[in-house]
Amino acid sequence: MSDTIIQVRNLSKVFGEGENAVCALNQINLDILQGEIYGIIGLSGAGKSTLVRCLNLLERPTSGSVVVDGREMTSLSEKELRQARRSVTMIFQSFNLLMQRTCLHNVCFPMTISKVPREKARKRALELLDLVGLSDKAKAYPAQLSGGQKQRVAIARALATDPKVLLCDEATSALDPTTTNSILSLLKELNAKLGVTVVVITHQMSVIEEICSRVAILDDGAIVEEGRVEDIFANPSTDAARRLVYPGGVIPEQVRADSRVVRVAFNGGTSYHPLIASLAIDCGVKVNILGADTRNIDGKAFGSMLLGLPEDKNEAARALSYIRSQHNVTVEEVEYHG
Amino acid sequence: MADLMEVFSAAFWEQYGNLLWEGILDTFVMVGISTFFAYLIGLPLGVLLILTGEHGIAPHKLFHRVLGWVINVGRSLPFIILMISITGFTRLLVGTYIGVKGAIVPLVVSAAPFIARMVETSLSEVDAGVIEAAQSMGASTFQIVWKVYLPESMPSLVLGGSISIITILAYAAIAGSVGAGGLGDLAIRYGYNRKVKSMMLVTVVLLIALVQIIQTVFSRVSAKIDRRLK
Repeated sequence: MSDTIIQVRNLSKVFGEGENAVCALNQINLDILQGEIYGIIGLSGAGKSTLVRCLNLLERPTSGSVVVDGREMTSLSEKELRQARRSVTMIFQSFNLLMQRTCLHNVCFPMTISKVPREKARKRALELLDLVGLSDKAKAYPAQLSGGQKQRVAIARALATDPKVLLCDEATSALDPTTTNSILSLLKELNAKLGVTVVVITHQMSVIEEICSRVAILDDGAIVEEGRVEDIFANPSTDAARRLVYPGGVIPEQVRADSRVVRVAFNGGTSYHPLIASLAIDCGVKVNILGADTRNIDGKAFGSMLLGLPEDKNEAARALSYIRSQHNVTVEEVEYHG
Repeated sequence: MADLMEVFSAAFWEQYGNLLWEGILDTFVMVGISTFFAYLIGLPLGVLLILTGEHGIAPHKLFHRVLGWVINVGRSLPFIILMISITGFTRLLVGTYIGVKGAIVPLVVSAAPFIARMVETSLSEVDAGVIEAAQSMGASTFQIVWKVYLPESMPSLVLGGSISIITILAYAAIAGSVGAGGLGDLAIRYGYNRKVKSMMLVTVVLLIALVQIIQTVFSRVSAKIDRRLK
């Protein structure tokens, strides 16, 4: 750990020329460490997709440097670049599988391209399908699979060339919350098992919260905040970060100036209605819901909620420890500088 | 009506049977060879249109525009005009501008740009994300064409193939008007000039049958190989 695998310096990307020029990325600096799961989050149009494509040079940066695994990507020839891309692979929101090939052949594809002998590629592809839990789907075509299964095939395909870095471009945005969680657990597991560095691009804070150790917040083409996920969650210091962290875009300072505010995240456990209700019944504590962005799927709660705790310190502490004792719920106190 | 009933008489088949058989063979040869060469030229041109287009993987504005212009010119001339206007070129290439041999050159010249556009349309149906995925794996342009664009659009290319062949079949019948041989030639020489109505009927029925068979076979093959449906 702690060796830098991706180093981005002063990266800018401008689309178009002259008066129509649009600056998509502005002086980006990033250090992603070997073996970590790094998140890049931003609202749509923030430049996330452009940034991730600058990491494997699918987009050529207008200026700046991108060093991946000790190699300056921007100075590679086309041929060297194609070689380098085998160690920085990618999965996508829309999976992008070859529809006319079986799952097995999809996973074989990157190996075919890099001239791995057929039998060897086949054997490796079967291992990979097994790794993502789809060994029984080797002969199926993508059209026969569910979204989650397609993404698993895409992950297996992305791992076929033993990459150092796996770029995930909104990889769970087309999936329902339950499937999203299973894909995120898979990524976490692969990261631990294979040591592959994972870069997650998303607009969903829950994804960052679930698997990332560090995060960069991208807003209007620039990184406005960067650091450990817990720190950003506990104390988002920019408006962009607050919009992402607090459900419904609530700014707690504006709502409550005199009491403690906590952010509760639901990760697929008991539904949130019973939580708030039972908090009132079991502890006799009433909390104020300042904002909520939660969804109830098959009786499971996903999303987050911003709660104002009672002014009474004892009551607040009781409420907090009660919420903390719940399964699949995480709580952070939102720091407040009044 | 009585002349049409001739078709069922032994005398008719004795008189015209061989001619018709030859006509069918000539049509097959003309259409087959022309389709082959037209694809030999049209397929790469269609691929180049896609690759060099604005959103292609090797964009080249000038090349794309010139190629598009040349293809449009090739497509704007009605077949019969094209055929008589390039007789010099045809003779230079195959030594004659009449008969089956002489028809193949204008058929290819006329069908290749048409096929280029058909191929362009088929390839444009391939999801841009899939192309990007292949690029992200380090695939070369050549590999993307051979291993992604062509296989992924194969059902559509096959359907396009039936349209191309049927178009060439129609052109080949027109070529018959200048003595190119084949079913069109028979229809004009016997059915029209000599007013042998039964001959006209038989050639028309044969042409309809051919088109139906070609369309059915290609549609079935296309559906059979398409893995998106099941």
